[in-house]
Amino acid sequence: MLKNRIIPCLDVKNGRVVKGINFVDLKDAGDPVEQAKIYSDGGADEICFLDITASNENRDTIYDVVEKTSKKCFVPLTVGGGIRSVVDINKLLNCGADKVSINTAAVQNPEVVIESSKKFGSQCIVVAIDAKKNGDKWEIFTHGGRNNSGMDAIEFAKQMEDSGAGELLVTSMDRDGTQVGYDIELMSNISLKVNIPVIASGGVGNLDHLVDGIKLGNASAVLAASIFHYGKHSLKEAKEYLDSKGIPVRI
Amino acid sequence: MNVTIVDYNSGNISSVINSFKEVAKDKVNIEVTSDLKKIKFSDKVVLPGQGSFKSCVDALNKINGLVDTLSEFAINDKKPLLGICVGLQMFADIGYEETETKGLGWVSGKVSKIDNQNGKFKLPHIGWNQINIVKDSKILKDIENNSHMYFVHSYEFIPNDKNVISAKTDYSSNIVCSVEKENIFGTQFHPEKSDKTGLKIIDNFISL
Repeated sequence: MLKNRIIPCLDVKNGRVVKGINFVDLKDAGDPVEQAKIYSDGGADEICFLDITASNENRDTIYDVVEKTSKKCFVPLTVGGGIRSVVDINKLLNCGADKVSINTAAVQNPEVVIESSKKFGSQCIVVAIDAKKNGDKWEIFTHGGRNNSGMDAIEFAKQMEDSGAGELLVTSMDRDGTQVGYDIELMSNISLKVNIPVIASGGVGNLDHLVDGIKLGNASAVLAASIFHYGKHSLKEAKEYLDSKGIPVRI
Repeated sequence: MNVTIVDYNSGNISSVINSFKEVAKDKVNIEVTSDLKKIKFSDKVVLPGQGSFKSCVDALNKINGLVDTLSEFAINDKKPLLGICVGLQMFADIGYEETETKGLGWVSGKVSKIDNQNGKFKLPHIGWNQINIVKDSKILKDIENNSHMYFVHSYEFIPNDKNVISAKTDYSSNIVCSVEKENIFGTQFHPEKSDKTGLKIIDNFISL
């Protein structure tokens, strides 16, 4: 039976982790490679880096991080943030990323998704959808949630599936950082509309939220950042909890 | 000993390279090349593959003499070869992804889309699934039954001779995920992304 995945996400800025795991025995709390290794040893089903480096001159730092991580972690590694073109994707994959997650570029130029999924295969193309509720629909935001594209998130999800995306990483902008749980309605609406796996993101504050994302949101995988940081919950705890709720996980 | 990972522009092979280097340490030389001579004289060959069946077959054919060299290695010289994901699928006679495409024909069978039972199952089949070992296989040595492996694919290999199947996985139907035919091995899952258990499979292959 296919297991639901738990994916810890690390925000990386200028090659350093922002909001990292606060383990006492950690030599360098800001080192993404070391933190990724802790997650993969702890049972992470995949690892996600979100590069939030703002300035162009520091953009290359992520390549070095990916290259080092992929030599130490032997679970799938997804990298997102700032990916503009097929050239960027190629570079990340060559450094050892297994998947890339494309956000703004997919909205502005869906050709990037079509072209890259043809060139590298759908298995490595994740489209990240940042959505915010507006009335009775959800709208797509880009540029890390700053710009409203006005596009309908559910229609866009379907369009991305047709364009060759292998997975959708759906983040609720209303919930992100709030720790009150995923936007279940958004997740299930998208998941029922498309036939590719949906990864739920944005708003996890406790382990029940992970359960809800899968059971109610129909997500194939759940992504979380802060609950795994500062040692609030370990991946092992999360998996055992999901297992106790009847959700198939890899233990 | 030399293990060659065939670099034929089949997409992203850095994870395959990293995992083999991790397992090989300094004991075994890992070569990444499409050089026909190097392939011919290596002890073992790894044939990775990502993307579609057609794109991988096309990429193999684009390198003059590569298919012949690989066939000579695997079929005539009977030296160990491991196909991963589409690398395994290409062993078949024919594949139906994008369009009907002729495979290598080393392990008779076809590659068809997984039956998702009218949308009941999501495709691609992505994530960790357990393998059901149905036959002893040298690459599955010391691998426990029901171990988790990382999968990502929408098409499945259906061999004609069921005796070549060494493991299956349950998704929509029973999907063939490991084959062994004499010196030819293949996995549908990605040992290079399957954590310690996956590295053990790579170790088993290197140690053959």
